[in-house]
Amino acid sequence: MEHEKSLAERLWAIAIWALVVFFVLNFTAMVATVVVNSLGTRWFNAWLPAAFTARWYLSAWDEFQLRDVLIVTFEVVGAVVLLSGLLGVPAAYALARRNFPGKQVVILLFLLPMLIPPITFGIPLATVLYQAHLGGNMSGVILANLVPTVPFVVLVMMPFVEQIDPRVEAAARVFGAGTWRLFVHVLVPLLAPGILAALLLVLVRTIAMFELTFFTAGPGSQTLVVALYYAVYAAGVRAGQSIDAMAVVYMLTTLAWLLIALRFVDPTQIVTRAKREAAH
Amino acid sequence: MSEAVSPAPVEHLPLRARLALYDLDGVTLLALPALLFVVALFIYPFAYGFVLSFHPKSGGWLANYSKFFSDPFLYETIEATFRLALPATVINVLVSVPVALRVRRMRNRRILTTILVIPITLGTVLIAEGLLIYLGPQGWFNRVLVMLGIGQVRLVHNYTGVMLSLILSGFPFTFLLTLSYLTGIDPSLEQAAATLGAKARARFVHILLPLLAQGLAINLCLSFVQTFSVFPSAVLLGAPAGATRVISIAAYQAAYEQYDSSMASAIAMIMGFCQLFVVVLILAGRSFVYRGAAGGGKG
Repeated sequence: MEHEKSLAERLWAIAIWALVVFFVLNFTAMVATVVVNSLGTRWFNAWLPAAFTARWYLSAWDEFQLRDVLIVTFEVVGAVVLLSGLLGVPAAYALARRNFPGKQVVILLFLLPMLIPPITFGIPLATVLYQAHLGGNMSGVILANLVPTVPFVVLVMMPFVEQIDPRVEAAARVFGAGTWRLFVHVLVPLLAPGILAALLLVLVRTIAMFELTFFTAGPGSQTLVVALYYAVYAAGVRAGQSIDAMAVVYMLTTLAWLLIALRFVDPTQIVTRAKREAAH
Repeated sequence: MSEAVSPAPVEHLPLRARLALYDLDGVTLLALPALLFVVALFIYPFAYGFVLSFHPKSGGWLANYSKFFSDPFLYETIEATFRLALPATVINVLVSVPVALRVRRMRNRRILTTILVIPITLGTVLIAEGLLIYLGPQGWFNRVLVMLGIGQVRLVHNYTGVMLSLILSGFPFTFLLTLSYLTGIDPSLEQAAATLGAKARARFVHILLPLLAQGLAINLCLSFVQTFSVFPSAVLLGAPAGATRVISIAAYQAAYEQYDSSMASAIAMIMGFCQLFVVVLILAGRSFVYRGAAGGGKG
C-alpha cells in the first residue's frame, strides 16, 4: 500500500515535469523558428532552410525603416522611464510616510490602471488625447504609456521607502535639509536599488507595450512592437524572413534589457510587485 | 512629523498645524503630481468615454447600446470573447497550482522562473508571429505530428491558434502569481499537518487550498481580465472575421475604421462591464466557498 502510493505520486510528479518541459520546449522551438527563418534563404517543406544568409536583416533595416523605429522606441521609452520615475518616486515617498485621510482611495486609484487592461481604457484615452491634439504623435504615445507605469513605480517603490529608517530623515531635517535636499542627498542614494529595479521593469514593459502605443501612435511615432504588428498584419507584402528579422531585432532589444533587469529583481516580482520583502 | 502638537485646542491652531495633524503637509503634496496625472489621464478619459457613449452620432441617448445588442455582428463578439477567455483562464490557473506545488520545492527555482518571464516580456505580438510559423502547416510542430503518424492539424488562423497563444502568454503569468502566493504560506503549517499524519492530498485540501483561495481568486480575476482583452493574437493568429472576432476587434473597428468614437467608447464600456461582472462573480464566489482567514500568512 505504502509502496503503491509512492508510485502514484512519482507518476504524478513525472507528469507535471513532462508538462513543464513540453511547455518550455514548445516556447523555445517557437523562438528558434523565428530566428532560423530570419537567417534562412528559402524554407519550404523541410526541417531547415536550404541555406543560411544574413541579408534579410539588411533588407528589414531598409524596408521597415528600422533605424527610425528604433530611435522612436528609445525616445519614447526613455521619456516614459524618466517621467514615471519623477512622478512616481515622490508619490511613493508621500504615501509610505504619511497616513492622511483618504489614503486608501488614492492607493486604489493607483491600482486601477494596473489592473484594468490597456485595451479597455485605451480607446477612451486615445479619444481624449486626439481631442487635445496629442494623439498620433510622440507626446501622445508617451502620455498614454505613462498611465500604467506611474502607478507601477508608486506601488513598487512604497515598500522600499518603508524599509528606510525614518530617523535617518529626521536627522537630515535636524541639520536643516529641506525636502529637496533630503531627496537628493539622502533618499535617492538609499532608494537607488529600488528605483533601478522599478525603472528597469518600466523600461521592459514599455518596449513591449503594444495596445496603448498602437492606439495613440501616428506614422512617425510607431515603436518597434507596433511596427512589428503592422508588418505581420500585412504579411505577404514583404518577405516573411524580413518580418522575422525585425522580430529578432525586437526580441534582442527586449531580452537584453530583461537580462539587465533580472540582475536586480527577482522574476516573480515582475508579476507581484515587490510585496514580499517584509516576509523574508 | 517634527511639528510638536501643542496643548492648545485644535481650533486655535494655525491651519498649517491643523492640517499636519491629519498628516497633510508638504510631504503629502509630493503625491499630488502623480495623483493628478492618474485623474487626468485615467479617471477623466474613462468618465469622458462613459458620457460620450451616451451621445451617439445619430439616434437617442441609448442608440449605441441598442445598436450593439441588436446587431449579431456586434453582440456575438461577447460570446466569442468569453469562449476564448473562460477556458484559457481556467486552464492556466488550474494547471498552475500543481506545477507551482512541485516547483516550490525545487532548488534552482530561479532558472525556471527566469525562463517563464521571457514569454511575458516578449508579449503577444511576437508570440503571434512565432506561432504563425511554428504551428503553421510547414512548421516544426506539424512536422513532428506527421512524423508521429498523427497527420497535419490546422492550428493557425482559427480558434485553436488564439487559444494556444493565450496559454503560451498567459500561463507564465498565472504560474508566477500562484508560485508567489504559495511560497508566502508558512511551511510549518504543512509540516504540522504532516506530523499529525495527514497525507499529501489531505494537506492540500485542508491546509493549502483554503490559504490559497484568496490568491487563486485574485489570480483568476487578473488572468480573466487579461485574456478577455485579447487583441493582437486574435487578429494575427485567429480568424478576425469569424470565430475569433473578439470584442476588442469590434471596439477597434468602430474607433479606427468607422471613426465613431462614441460607438467605440460604448463598446469599451461594455467590455469593461463584462470584466467587472466576472471579477465580482469570482470574488463573491470566493467568499461563498471559503470564509476562513483571507491572507496566506503573507507579509
